[in-house]
Amino acid sequence: MTRGTITLLQLYPRDMNIYGDWGNTLVLKRRLEWHGYGVNLVAYNPGDEFPKEVDLIVGGGGQDSGQSKIGDDLLGIGDRLKTLADQGVPMLMICGLYQQFGHYFKTKDGEEIKGIGLLDIVTVGGHERLIGNIVTENDKFGSIVGYENHSGLTTLGANATPLGTVMRGAGNNNQDRTEGARYNNVIGTYLHGSLLPKNPAIADWLIEQAVIRKYGEFHPAVIDDHFASLARDTAARRPR
Amino acid sequence: MRHQLTTSLGKTVKKISQLRGGGSALPGLFVEKIDRDFMRRTLTTLPMGVVLVSGTNGKTTTTKMVVELLKSQGLTVFTNRTGSNFTRGVTAALLGAVDQRGKLDADIAVLELDEAHAVHFVQAVSPSYCLLLNVMRDQLDRFGEIDKTAELLYKIAAHTTKGVVVNQDDPRLAKPAFHSLLTVPVRSYGVSPDLLKEFPTDDALHGAASLPLVKQPSFADTTMLEALSDQTARIGFGGTSHTVDLKLRGIYNAQNAVGAIAVTRMVLGDTLNVTAMLTALAAVTPAFGRGESIAVGETTYELVLVKNPAGFRLSLKSFSSKDTDTMIVINDDYADGRDMSWLWDVDFDSLTEGVKVVSGVRAYDMALRLQYDEVLIGTVEPSVDKALAAFMQQGTQPTRRIYCTYTAMLSVRKLLRKYTSVETVR
Repeated sequence: MTRGTITLLQLYPRDMNIYGDWGNTLVLKRRLEWHGYGVNLVAYNPGDEFPKEVDLIVGGGGQDSGQSKIGDDLLGIGDRLKTLADQGVPMLMICGLYQQFGHYFKTKDGEEIKGIGLLDIVTVGGHERLIGNIVTENDKFGSIVGYENHSGLTTLGANATPLGTVMRGAGNNNQDRTEGARYNNVIGTYLHGSLLPKNPAIADWLIEQAVIRKYGEFHPAVIDDHFASLARDTAARRPR
Repeated sequence: MRHQLTTSLGKTVKKISQLRGGGSALPGLFVEKIDRDFMRRTLTTLPMGVVLVSGTNGKTTTTKMVVELLKSQGLTVFTNRTGSNFTRGVTAALLGAVDQRGKLDADIAVLELDEAHAVHFVQAVSPSYCLLLNVMRDQLDRFGEIDKTAELLYKIAAHTTKGVVVNQDDPRLAKPAFHSLLTVPVRSYGVSPDLLKEFPTDDALHGAASLPLVKQPSFADTTMLEALSDQTARIGFGGTSHTVDLKLRGIYNAQNAVGAIAVTRMVLGDTLNVTAMLTALAAVTPAFGRGESIAVGETTYELVLVKNPAGFRLSLKSFSSKDTDTMIVINDDYADGRDMSWLWDVDFDSLTEGVKVVSGVRAYDMALRLQYDEVLIGTVEPSVDKALAAFMQQGTQPTRRIYCTYTAMLSVRKLLRKYTSVETVR
């Protein structure tokens, strides 16, 4: 018997899935199951009807071509997403969708791609790709381990808090040691690797927010995370 | 005079490096340092020039096939056999092949180069022909993004002087934009629509539809894999179908075979001896670590190189896990790719019998990946040495398959040599 069913929405899995983003979806799905919940996994692609009931949203990274393909569609559902964010729906946006959840992305050539402004961030194209293993630190989640690969440089506004402080690696802009951004229960970050498998604390936090919002309480099961813990130790020791 | 001096110094460094058990990179680096032009000067003496093989997956096996097919036509062929597909590796291989005066006794060279190094290479040496296999998600930490990789292949094609062969089933290579501006003849190879379904492409990953297929592109000449049952392939070109029994397993090897035929046909033109070519194709065995079988006593160890999601998925699909013990070794050195994200784009549910041993620098990343596909795991041991010993001891099946990344494959192979005689590749 399940304790309830959570609708997990994958945002643009067709065009935004470049860096093992399936890993994040899979981890949320499995951990929900292991915690005793059923999962209704839904994909949203450009032109689809946006589902009425959504409990948890995850979105990934794309190439420039993927980012421009989904751009208009995303602007179309922007208000919907903002309302959901204000209502406390947890979301995880990686890399490309993290950027497009901000106000804009200005490319190296000066072209401006408008974002939905759900996160108070702006991004400009940089000249080098920031690539490598990265470790950041967050009060709630402890150390966050991942891999970054981006050329966009992101700056946070007053209404966004960073997800982590960079201990090793480049982060949002290679300047201010911030990485990622949070607003309400929404997390945006450049980290993949994939992010959630090696950071189960973030996965369970997202799940907890979704379950509490829907059912009022969350009783987690005990999950064996020793492989995750050993994989984190290894990743933190590897060359950048 | 300079050429001879470089040759003799380079050969000495190569000898010393080999005595010390080193790889091919050092002598190559040494020669590049003292004589930048050595590679170009040597290769441009070849009467039929260079055939360059590039793309994400299948380079080594395909290169081996092209070499054998050209040899079947009576040609003397130079190649960079070690699979160290950097320009430095080419230089090192040249050092081994030239005589004391630095002269290369060959009619033609067949070189495999990865996309990024191939672009460097073509700036020094324009290939006569190139064979472009596919553009897959691979080591994004090195190449950036897939569309950029396609641009690298385009640069290679643009530098080619006599003819280009592309895989017409690769959505990026088949695009008219890719080949319509090329001034040399462009031919293609491909597989029949029925067989095409067997190939997972990157774009078909997890609910992603394939790129809108441009209407079946028309090329002046196409070599087709028309059918494949077990290892018997029906291959069509020039209006005739031919049946060949391959030694190589896996549908992707049959696809590579038609690519090799396509470029051989282009190089030889009217002088091609088809029978000799097909006889040679039937005899080709797996390349170094690419589905290679190594016998230790009664047990057969199969090494399967995995480098990227598409390759790993194809391998899992091609080889049944029934009655087979499985080991997986994942490293994250530069040649393997540092980013582990790619493991999450491979589905492991097909490993229904479980994985006996997981190893490599990133053993715990791999174990974590298997945990989320609920695949049973035996031992997790990062040290390849200890892990292989455990695998040899705990295995129960006559066939034991080891999936490994590039540097992991080198270590596993070296360790297996302790138990048996594995062919040494210089």
